[in-house]
Amino acid sequence: MSQATESDVREDGVIESVSGPVVTAKDLDARMNDVVYVGNEGLMGEVIEIEGNITTIQVYEETSDVSPGEPVESTGAPLSVDLGPGMLDSIYDGVQRPLDVLEEKMNSAFLDRGVDAPGIDLEKTWEFTPTVEEGDEVEPGDVVGTVPETPSIDHKVMVPPDFEGGEVVAAESGDFDVETAVVELDNGEEITMHQEWPVREARPSLEKQTPTTPLVSGQRILDGLFPIAKGGTAAIPGPFGSGKTVTQHQLAKWADADIVVYVGCGERGNEMTEVIEDFPELEDPVTGNALMDRTCLIANTSNMPVAARESCVYTGITIAEYFRDMGYDVALMADSTSRWAEAMREISSRLEEMPGEEGYPAYLAARLSEFYERAGYFENINGTEGSVSVIGAVSPPGGDFSEPVTQNTLRIVKTFWALDADLAERRHFPAINWNESYSLYRDQLDPWFEDNVAADWPEQRQWAIDTLDEEAELQEIVQLVGKDALPEDQQLTLEVARYLREAWLQQNAFHDVDTFCEPEKTYRILGAIKTFNDEAFDALDAGVPVEELIEIEAVPRLNRIGVQEDYNEYVDELESDIESQLRELY
Amino acid sequence: MQKEYKTITEISGPLVFAEVDEPVGYDEIVEIETADGETRNGQVLESTSDHVAIQVFEGTAGIDRESSVRFIGETMKMDLTEDLLGRVLSGSGEPIDGGPDIEPDEKRDIVGEAINPFSREYPEEFIQTGVSAIDGMNTLVRGQKLPIFSASGLPHNDLALQIARQATVPEEAKGEDGDDEGSEFAVIFGAMGITAEEANEFMDDFERTGALERSVVFMNLADDPAVERTITPRLALTTAEYLAFDKGYHVLVILTDMTNYCEALREIGAAREEVPGRRGYPGYMYTDLAQLYERAGRIEGREGSVTQIPILTMPGDDDTHPIPDLTGYITEGQIYIDRDLNSQGVKPPIYVLPSLSRLMDDGIGEGLTRADHADVSDQLYAAYAEGEDLRDLVNIVGREALSERDNKYLDFADRFEEEFVDQGFDTDRSIDETLDLGWELLSMFPKAELNRIDEDLIEEHYIDEETAEEVTAD
Ligand SMILES: Nc1ncnc2c1ncn2[C@@H]1O[C@H](COP(=O)(O)OP(=O)(O)OP(=O)(O)O)[C@@H](O)[C@H]1O
Ligand SMILES: [Mg+2]
Repeated sequence: MSQATESDVREDGVIESVSGPVVTAKDLDARMNDVVYVGNEGLMGEVIEIEGNITTIQVYEETSDVSPGEPVESTGAPLSVDLGPGMLDSIYDGVQRPLDVLEEKMNSAFLDRGVDAPGIDLEKTWEFTPTVEEGDEVEPGDVVGTVPETPSIDHKVMVPPDFEGGEVVAAESGDFDVETAVVELDNGEEITMHQEWPVREARPSLEKQTPTTPLVSGQRILDGLFPIAKGGTAAIPGPFGSGKTVTQHQLAKWADADIVVYVGCGERGNEMTEVIEDFPELEDPVTGNALMDRTCLIANTSNMPVAARESCVYTGITIAEYFRDMGYDVALMADSTSRWAEAMREISSRLEEMPGEEGYPAYLAARLSEFYERAGYFENINGTEGSVSVIGAVSPPGGDFSEPVTQNTLRIVKTFWALDADLAERRHFPAINWNESYSLYRDQLDPWFEDNVAADWPEQRQWAIDTLDEEAELQEIVQLVGKDALPEDQQLTLEVARYLREAWLQQNAFHDVDTFCEPEKTYRILGAIKTFNDEAFDALDAGVPVEELIEIEAVPRLNRIGVQEDYNEYVDELESDIESQLRELY
Repeated sequence: MQKEYKTITEISGPLVFAEVDEPVGYDEIVEIETADGETRNGQVLESTSDHVAIQVFEGTAGIDRESSVRFIGETMKMDLTEDLLGRVLSGSGEPIDGGPDIEPDEKRDIVGEAINPFSREYPEEFIQTGVSAIDGMNTLVRGQKLPIFSASGLPHNDLALQIARQATVPEEAKGEDGDDEGSEFAVIFGAMGITAEEANEFMDDFERTGALERSVVFMNLADDPAVERTITPRLALTTAEYLAFDKGYHVLVILTDMTNYCEALREIGAAREEVPGRRGYPGYMYTDLAQLYERAGRIEGREGSVTQIPILTMPGDDDTHPIPDLTGYITEGQIYIDRDLNSQGVKPPIYVLPSLSRLMDDGIGEGLTRADHADVSDQLYAAYAEGEDLRDLVNIVGREALSERDNKYLDFADRFEEEFVDQGFDTDRSIDETLDLGWELLSMFPKAELNRIDEDLIEEHYIDEETAEEVTAD
């Protein structure tokens, strides 16, 4: 986190009471949301309420053993993040302290307290190349130079949004640390590679635009049925063990974003470790570089302090906005937003605020929508276009979607991927329920799929949806009378729908090939099933009994397209085999 | 600092409120001495400049306004030494086995610090429990937290004991630096509010099998103070972390019954007049449970590991109840014990469909267990799920109305339960035996039905009818 600059000297206070993560202080001169250091050990906290002489603070570290009477010191600055080269390929806690630096400073595998560290390495030097020269006029947000941050990403150094801007009087190229001025303006403003931004405030932009490009996920059910746009929002609610994290990991791995910010909010330690161990080894499908080169991780696991969990989503989205300002497409995953809401609830109840629904504070809905509003496809203040897509996991108690966090989230987001315990139980993965889920971006993204994948993409998809709908209706009858009592054409539809589920909707995240499926392949698998459908109905019309149709040697091969690397050849052969084997029957 | 006060102002349930004139640290330990000289221990739950709220572990009965309150000036610590192995302690860590006093090498805070996620090592060493429904379908790995979701009257203890007895790490599953002589586990057993009878069952088994020597037992029984249950698992886990990460042991922690632990949390929350969360449990129960369950894992560069098997009984057999629900959201999977299977006499009555091990994928496969493991387990799941579905239908329409294919699935589901799951509490199956058994069952189906299995693996393992006959003929 940003080392708050001591702008003005303020009066210290003393602790009045301690109750878990909430501490009150007397006589503290601080503003709302200022960062303060609490107690003899200087634990980091944030002012969340001021009432007369008493200031209430949420503390980002454990408060065991802290006593009334210990000092509280204000920094006079709000909770901010450090922005600059060095954020990619790193892992932070909820207040942007780098966890690798903490390990080193604490000399322990366990998180001690009272240790702070800047979000970016202030001493490391970076190779800066100016993109402006003396005499150029620059405005807030303008790019003044670039730094090769990782093999995948050129970091753009920008005039901070709160600067005035003016004429460039000096622009240096060379190796500098992030605190050295690299560009100077005629009004005396000095631009370094380091800026700070308060996390609870959205970075400015010119305008939000309607997104028209999909965030291609490489997941068949998402790209094929429920696509999300670059700059879009999505929620993945589901009971425990239904696949929220795996889906989020899949997106973090395979989505065609330039930058991924992954926020592990109140979830498991091992899941973050998995990312740290896997991502450096995995290849970014777009650039071919290590995935970690485009990734920034924020890990505030369930056992880490709850106040820092409350702030971790803000830390994440502020970093995302900063890369957006450079003109990048950023995807942010938050797993899980429910834990963030619970952190709000926990703090709120310690403040003895009036509880709203299920004990959540009355401002729950407002906080959620403020957060998702920071997503979008933007025209930035420097004229570039960039996007922040936000995908939030939701963990409803008892898997019941009628609870407040799910409901309030669904009112905001435009894509809904409903996970289903039943599907997960029968190991149908991803366990996204195709009857309940939706994407409101479908129509606005169709032109992209038509231009980039296939002109009949929307029609093919509609056929799949209709077949799956029909299956759902038929299943109700089958439950009562058994499959064999259905007319033959309906039996055939059920068989086709089975292949839609098994060969198209199911996708094994742990299979080397199947884990990522480009839209062309998604389209071809669907096409192959459609071929079977059309040919089989022709055969049925010609009088071939349905049992014979579904027993041909070639059909089960549909289920193996997903794992084929050279799928085009495989599908070509399979389609022609299906055709000839079926036509042989009549 | 050992300041003593006679300033108790209020006593309410497990809580005592007292006035103070000097600051007291949050979470600090308190000793309360009653008029008749008895000492109770407690902990500061809230501290302000002029009063404190204290949670008393052994119950507040007998405390009055005349009782004196002493602040020890430090938070609760556990005495640690390797000599704890073989000992039986009370729920608050006092020896109750008549053995010598504990001579600690070190004292450590029982509210452990969180492991830095950056310092963790991802768990991927297969633990063979010898139980097919676990090893084959829901594989446990070193450093995992895998609870047993059970309910009253079901044999979860027998399963826990079977695992504690049989768990080993086979040679090939050990990592590259996998060295260690003992692939046996040190067992930490934390009992919270279990009956004396259950406790005896565990102790007898530990003694009979000689497991006690490599165990540390913490006993809070049903008639022991409820509030003490909030510290028992913390003592157990502090000991586990010490043995694992300082002394290099692979530690298996069994915590039972987490439901009693959560009831104690609810009791304290109610006494503090907190705004209750779902079904009266505190809103912070997720965080509180996470602070226990997350104390499992492996740490980069350290020898040992902490594997947790918490046991909980689901009130009303309902897994949406907050206790199993929040647990499932934190742990890395769960094993369901099922009432129907139990009444059918299946031992252990594990219902595999809702059971899950999330760390399975990285712990199995070639070089770890066997190349066919993932596919076989996937296919067994899918086939069993289909058979289970058909059971509902067959009740309505009868077997004759079903196709030959459907009938096969029904037969499969029966055989799966009878042969694969029902192995008895004393049978210890190797992973090879488990997987071979899986193939035997899957070979009931034609090859084309086995769509989750790689074709090469089918060629290698599928048992054709003719060969099957040869085998049985032998
Ligand atoms: N696409 C997939 N392919 C294969 N397996 C999957 C897939 N999605 C989920 N799974 C399986 O489901 C398990 C649980 O998934 P996951 O951990 O994502 O659940 P979750 O919804 O995040 O649960 P929780 O809320 O408890 O965190 C995984 O460990 C994996 O075994
Ligand atoms: Mg998850």
